[in-house]
Amino acid sequence: MSNSNSIKMQKHNNLSRRSFIRSISLASGGLVLACNVPNSKNEILKSTDDLNGFNPNLFVQLKSNGDLILIASRSEMGQGVRTSLTSVIADEMDADWSKVTVKQATGDEKYGNQNTDGSRSIRTIYEPMRQMGAKARAMLITAAANQWNVNISQCKTQKHYVINKISKEKIFYGDLVEEASKLEPPKDVTLKSPEDFIYIGKGLKSVDVEDFTTGKTKYGLDIRLPNMKYAAISRCPVTFGTVKSFNKEKAIRVNGVLDIIEIPRIKKAFGPLGGIAVIANNTWAALKGKEALEIKWDYGDNEEYTSDTYMEKITKNVHKKGKEVKNDGNVNSAFKKAYKIIESTYQMPHLVHSPMEVPNATAYVQNDKCEVWAPVQAPQSTRKEVSDYLDTDLENITINVTFLGGGFGRKSKPDFVVEAVAISKMIKAPVQVIWTREDDIQHSYYHAVSAQYMKGSLDKDGKVTGWLHRTAYPSITSTFMPGVKHGAGFEFQQGLTNMPYEIDNIRCENGEAKAHVRIGWLRSVYNIIHGFSINVFADELAVAAKKDPLQFRLDLIGSDRIYPSDNEYKLDTSRLKNVLNITAKNAGWGKELPKDHGFGLAVHYSFYTYVASIVEVSVINDKLRVHNIYTAVDCGTVVNTDTVKAQLEGAAVFGMSLAFYGKISAKNGVIEQSNFHDYKMLRIHETPNIHIEIVKSNEIPTGIGEPGVPVIAPAIINAIFSVTGKRYKNLPLEDYGLV
Amino acid sequence: MAKLNINGKEFEFEASPDMPILWAIRDFVGLTGTKYGCGKGICGSCNVILDGNIIRSCITPISLAEGKSIITIEGVENENKYLQQAWQDLNVPQCGYCQPGQLVSALALLNDNPIPTDDDINTAMSGNICRCGTYTRIKKAIHKAAELKKDV
Repeated sequence: MSNSNSIKMQKHNNLSRRSFIRSISLASGGLVLACNVPNSKNEILKSTDDLNGFNPNLFVQLKSNGDLILIASRSEMGQGVRTSLTSVIADEMDADWSKVTVKQATGDEKYGNQNTDGSRSIRTIYEPMRQMGAKARAMLITAAANQWNVNISQCKTQKHYVINKISKEKIFYGDLVEEASKLEPPKDVTLKSPEDFIYIGKGLKSVDVEDFTTGKTKYGLDIRLPNMKYAAISRCPVTFGTVKSFNKEKAIRVNGVLDIIEIPRIKKAFGPLGGIAVIANNTWAALKGKEALEIKWDYGDNEEYTSDTYMEKITKNVHKKGKEVKNDGNVNSAFKKAYKIIESTYQMPHLVHSPMEVPNATAYVQNDKCEVWAPVQAPQSTRKEVSDYLDTDLENITINVTFLGGGFGRKSKPDFVVEAVAISKMIKAPVQVIWTREDDIQHSYYHAVSAQYMKGSLDKDGKVTGWLHRTAYPSITSTFMPGVKHGAGFEFQQGLTNMPYEIDNIRCENGEAKAHVRIGWLRSVYNIIHGFSINVFADELAVAAKKDPLQFRLDLIGSDRIYPSDNEYKLDTSRLKNVLNITAKNAGWGKELPKDHGFGLAVHYSFYTYVASIVEVSVINDKLRVHNIYTAVDCGTVVNTDTVKAQLEGAAVFGMSLAFYGKISAKNGVIEQSNFHDYKMLRIHETPNIHIEIVKSNEIPTGIGEPGVPVIAPAIINAIFSVTGKRYKNLPLEDYGLV
Repeated sequence: MAKLNINGKEFEFEASPDMPILWAIRDFVGLTGTKYGCGKGICGSCNVILDGNIIRSCITPISLAEGKSIITIEGVENENKYLQQAWQDLNVPQCGYCQPGQLVSALALLNDNPIPTDDDINTAMSGNICRCGTYTRIKKAIHKAAELKKDV
């Protein structure tokens, strides 16, 4: 959804769970669940480096000493996916968690879709991972039953043992490796009932927590290869500008600098921007060499990009009729009959992901082959980009996925990997490309800048009768198809056209907005934009209707109903109201607060997950403080309660960062911010108490990495209003001097 | 020849004296637990302890560190094992990248102030950015580490 690599992959992303199993079977020659076929075995060997053991499928390898290696096919970037996905397999296997080692999959189609974004890992491969575990368990049971010469119904499993229910004998899983390896995997297995789960729904600690806290975790930048060189690249300050000429004399004299080469731009969505690379024998020399370069740039067309004038332009575009993207009823006649009309305009700047680990990649090209070590969210599209660049077969490219020091969408775009590949090919040595923080902030794929206009009508009872929502923002599609001037359907579906308010007359329009920088997806994507305006505007309507914002919002969501959709995820308004009610109860909505304190609420449905937050702020002498954030979430079945809690705690901080400080702006095409002093993010002393409640549910699992973000900023705005009576409609709040 | 004492060991290597010790530690000594985050001393990812004081290794040149003792994340366990235990018990890290810097800052805090208040923690830890937003757990973990150590 968020990702649009997406444009071409959307079809793939919508695969049902059943066809997922089929698709990975096809990708690996129909052999995924067949354990004794040499080809399949070779693939497993490649990923586990081990000849021995029971390998019922690509994700499971059991050794005769009982050690269980489980494969994580998605990238770890802090969302705990290595733990959650493998705990699902282990649960269905009835495996002893202490015997599990998690191994990271390389980028390879045989694992099914590996794109780690769109909050979709658990959502899309929960069921397939259960199958992997359950089938392995069934084979272990059959192996034990064969040894005992009893019916399988006489056997059960418990913590790495098969147990004979009658004789009480038991066999250790490791001792069944040989027997189980002779068996054909079953076609169908019965999955556990939720009450039998041993790991799912519990809060297992991260399998990586010890390494994380001792400095042992290997991120992309921690890769060290024999004879490896280090490279830093100077890119044109204006997006898509080119090198006119350069003088390398000073740079080449820097101690440790080995070479200076020009990298051409590749005109593809994930192609390198191009520039001058400094190759050195250590990172510092590369960075110093980069500083010493003298380059004359041809800035190109985007030099005209200045954020102030651009904002005026797109704001004009939402103050006139735009392209219709939704039209229910007739807003114009509702506005004509209105008792009261409310209008508002909202403006939000570009944002940048800025994960703590900057983009980086290590590559080694040797003849036709290339091996990459990189922190990538999309290892398969990385592999494709590299194979396209080198004009060689996918099989010749190995993408080793390191830990990601944060991703937030930035590391789905492997431009930085292609840079490393290009340099390695030229210098015929392994090379690590490091982006500086300045490179990261000034050459990213930015979250879209936006202007929005809203108009609503109330009848004399304070009921909303008409709702007009106009948006203008550069589209992610522009990164793939330059020149695009309107948003795309998948962007509108992020809160705009699927807004679940029970209003008879709703109209949504989209105005023109051309991109002048690379636009990309950032944690919760266009939901940030739509979630903001809708939640603030609904609060404004509540005030105009002289109603309690909570009751007004519950009424706006209206009757219990389920919206139709073309997949298994259906927006259920009763679940949306439920999270709002839980949050209100936890916050104590309506209770008396200290002087100068106030509550604000927001509720949003994204990535098929229901989230409501209530924020308690104080505003004293025009200075804002957030004291408490209460969030309730319904994301269906929860695999790891601690991870879900952590994601929502993190989302609260991420949401506060963008509300307080998030602003990327351009002047004459150059990004004005450069590091954490002027692209600030929240720090510990500004962080409130965060209270999370997770709705217990056996519904299918939905997204969790992103849905906690969109509610935070509007809830803060609404809370500020409740204290001050002032409605701040633009972000960030730092521009008003409030923080 | 540059000479650095890191976690009680002496390391000698060829590097120019203006090189920030971050890169000396990572590229020459080969300890990669200390992280690059901003290169300007703003984010705390590169924090190490130099003769008892927290410093930003990304802006501290070798020339200022020679003859002094450096403690990096790899040396935290020897100094105060309760910190890592508390961090692990509370499952603090998300992506984990900033956590070495956080732990080193927390070590320096507890060395000076064995039972810190919330305000003490806010002051001591406000130089460390965590983009994943693990701050509430970091605060709890520091209190817990202080408790664990006190109880010994």
